[in-house]
Amino acid sequence: MSSDLLLSVRNAGKQFMQGQRPRWACRGVSFDLYPGEVLAVVGESGSGKSTLLRLLASRLACDEGSVFYDLREEAGNGVAASRGASGLVDLAGLSEARLRWLARTDWGFVEQHARDGLRMNVSGGANIGERMMALGARHYGKLRGEALSWMERVELDVDRIDDLPGTYSGGMQQRLQIARNLVTHPRLVFMDEPTTGLDVSVQARLLDLLRELVDQLHLAAVIVTHDLAVARLLAHRMLVMKDGCVVEQGLTDRVLDDPQHPYTQLLVSSVLTP
Amino acid sequence: MYVAVKGGTAAIENSWQLLAMQRRGDPSLPELSVDQIRTQLSLAVDRVMSEGSLYDPELAALAIKQASGDLIEAIFLLRAYRTTLPRFGYSLPLDTARMNLTRRVSATFKDVPGGQVLGATYDYTQRLLDFALLAEGGGDEAPPAPQSVAQALPASMPRVNELMAREGLMETPRPVADSEPGDLTREPLMFPADRPLRLQALARGDEGWLLGLGYSTQRGYANAHPFAGEIRRGAVSVEILADELGFAIDIGEVEVTECQMINQFAGNREVPPQFTQGYGLAFGGAERKSMAMALVDRALRARELGELAVAPAQDEEFVLSHADSLEASGFVQHLKLPHYVDFQSELELVRRLRAAHAQEGQDEKHADPGRGAPTPHTEPAIQKAA
Amino acid sequence: MMDEHYNFGFLDERTKKMIRRAMLKAVAIPGYQVPFGSREMPFAYGWGTGGVQVTASIIGRDDVLKVIDQGADDTTNAVNIRRFFARTTGVPTTEKTAEATIIQTRHRIPEAALTEAQTIVYQVPMPEPLFRLEPRRLETITMHALGEYGLMNVKLYEDIAQLGAISKTYDYPVLVNERYLTSPSPIPKFDNPKMHMNPALQLFGAGREKRIYAIPPYTSVRSLDFEDHPFEVQRWEHACALCGAAESFLDEMIVDDEGSRLFVCSDSDFCSGRREAGHVGTQQAVQMPDALARAAVEGAR
Repeated sequence: MSSDLLLSVRNAGKQFMQGQRPRWACRGVSFDLYPGEVLAVVGESGSGKSTLLRLLASRLACDEGSVFYDLREEAGNGVAASRGASGLVDLAGLSEARLRWLARTDWGFVEQHARDGLRMNVSGGANIGERMMALGARHYGKLRGEALSWMERVELDVDRIDDLPGTYSGGMQQRLQIARNLVTHPRLVFMDEPTTGLDVSVQARLLDLLRELVDQLHLAAVIVTHDLAVARLLAHRMLVMKDGCVVEQGLTDRVLDDPQHPYTQLLVSSVLTP
Repeated sequence: MYVAVKGGTAAIENSWQLLAMQRRGDPSLPELSVDQIRTQLSLAVDRVMSEGSLYDPELAALAIKQASGDLIEAIFLLRAYRTTLPRFGYSLPLDTARMNLTRRVSATFKDVPGGQVLGATYDYTQRLLDFALLAEGGGDEAPPAPQSVAQALPASMPRVNELMAREGLMETPRPVADSEPGDLTREPLMFPADRPLRLQALARGDEGWLLGLGYSTQRGYANAHPFAGEIRRGAVSVEILADELGFAIDIGEVEVTECQMINQFAGNREVPPQFTQGYGLAFGGAERKSMAMALVDRALRARELGELAVAPAQDEEFVLSHADSLEASGFVQHLKLPHYVDFQSELELVRRLRAAHAQEGQDEKHADPGRGAPTPHTEPAIQKAA
Repeated sequence: MMDEHYNFGFLDERTKKMIRRAMLKAVAIPGYQVPFGSREMPFAYGWGTGGVQVTASIIGRDDVLKVIDQGADDTTNAVNIRRFFARTTGVPTTEKTAEATIIQTRHRIPEAALTEAQTIVYQVPMPEPLFRLEPRRLETITMHALGEYGLMNVKLYEDIAQLGAISKTYDYPVLVNERYLTSPSPIPKFDNPKMHMNPALQLFGAGREKRIYAIPPYTSVRSLDFEDHPFEVQRWEHACALCGAAESFLDEMIVDDEGSRLFVCSDSDFCSGRREAGHVGTQQAVQMPDALARAAVEGAR
């Protein structure tokens, strides 16, 4: 496998038991992801895209296949050292402790509902500072400074740093979630429907922000969405899922402009154009 | 001139004397005998034995006397005594099917093999205070004996749950084959707890706590749709397996009340529905306790039955961590112990923060006389100055 | 005179063995809470049963026992426990810290420095330092195992952001041996520094919660803080009115209807020792500023 590869998925599948009968929520998914690359996973609800995301982020274990990641060595104070030391590693072989460390440092996960990805009972500043504190940062002033600078970066009003996230609007909560995830400069960010449920104009601004950040920080991302416009705007490549299987994958522009699979064609044609 | 307060020892001894006087009450009245308590306050004795985790009616009665009728205090006395007793071994499981029944009812069928045996219960009384009991020497007249029973009870009366299980209607959870049940009197309760441990914790758990939680499951906090499949009360043999003999010997009898609740059936298109059960057991005639216990047991089985745990009664750690009356009573009442050192620390912080606040207020006022913390007294003055 | 109806130290030998095994594990993993089969004792849960079980498991005929509560030997709880041990062991008891080999304490560490020959046993109500942030044991066990103390870090940051200071003044969380987050028991934070590199063995017993933990001699104990908001101990404006000590923890007593206060050493042995050595305090109560009266005056201006 190429030493440049960041994430590699081979034949990943997850099965759930419904009563006595098994059902594959997703099956046979394979793809490669390189640093700085954004992949959109598109499909209707029930297509298995959210299950796939959780498999990739090791929140669920694969029943079939594997997920490989380019793991960095853990340096003395827990920060990721420079790359290349470990190469691609099967995530199933990692300990719980290692996976949690990975999730706190080299990865980000932006939840669909901000409440699931934030600590609602502490201020915005505390939310952003948490990962840094977990890595040993112990200077209150510096933590606060970092939090303020990230708030600016995600276009949040810095006067709100001590306010509880419950007082933020939906769009602001998403921005806070993004900041909270990005403080440790992760190389890979998972996003589960990051703009769904927000007003259209708020969505548009958030997508612009995401595009900028992905570009500036050279982030790789896997974004689950049912909105083709999100895929078009953010993703280099996309997977189309139906009933747990990938029916089509490829460059975003190609898939959207020249869909091959009938289901993709249906999806594309049913998008309302303004 | 201040002298440090001394005399804690003397104060404690005086407190003991006052307590002894309170317990004895009016010395011109006859003293309660332990036997009287044991026989005439038997339901209190039953509760103390269950939660005290010790079957000894005489000691429980003694504890009630010593505790001036405070049952949780009596339970405490019995548990502390229990700690000193050596453990010889474990009995075989009680065979409640072979119970010497004094009461047996089922709400699920109008008639059951062996019949509905009402027994001694407050259920069919009207709760009118009986002033005849106030009369002096009321104990001389023995209550009239009940009319003789038309037929004797059959030797074996199978439980309703078993009858339903034979038909496949009832799920019958089995414990893991070779594992010995944990022993809460020896090891701390750790979570997640399996059903045997949960039942132990519930059996010695506070009746009030379980009653409230059981009640909550009936009112929508985790709907269980319970039916009282079987409630039975009577004496059961206690047997132990003596190593030297190689067979079980009968070492005595305990009176228990057992309740089996039949609950909402689980099932879906693939799996045929079955009724699920909840179980309760208590010493003596403690029906309310055994019923509440059965409701809570069922609620705590949410995880193993694949149900969503949304209600407090289904939260294992919440229910079991607070079920022990000794732990609860001890910690709640420990607030009476001196805490003045910690309080001193809090005082210091609050004073310091208030001083900082006041200082900030002063600084703001001096920096900008036009602004400042408005109060009803100062506001007109400020407006005038502006 | 020992009561012969009970085993030495009340507990049976098998129970003591079980507790000692838990203590050995605790000493081997400083700051880690070891579950143990706590027994019902003749004291209520919450009133020192953990400390009593620990002491009962280590006390021997050659020991000398001191028991304090809030720093004083004559508070009712301390008296009760001391009498219990006198009765069940016959072991001599003392009020002098220097003479004790075992010191059982509730909510204070003695002012006098301890030695390698001593063991201090703390009574602990809530052994889990994270319990106010996460009441579930299932969760906190994982946090300790993985050293994930984000919850606590965030809480301290939040205190400073909202209040300007960390709000914990007692039971102030410490990191033991740079690994486990531990509750020092509800001692005032004033006493936290005494725990660091202490020559004595420090044992902690929580009876109701059924946990034992330990800090072996000469172990690092660090109170959580920020570099720019360092851990600070409380200070008083006044010295002890009886012995004049300026460096000890002082109890504040209200002595009259006008709210005059008397500040006296919390550690009764320390104070009497100083007085025996000839130190004298002001013997005076102090007038505390009447906050209400001052506010009225301010308002009227």
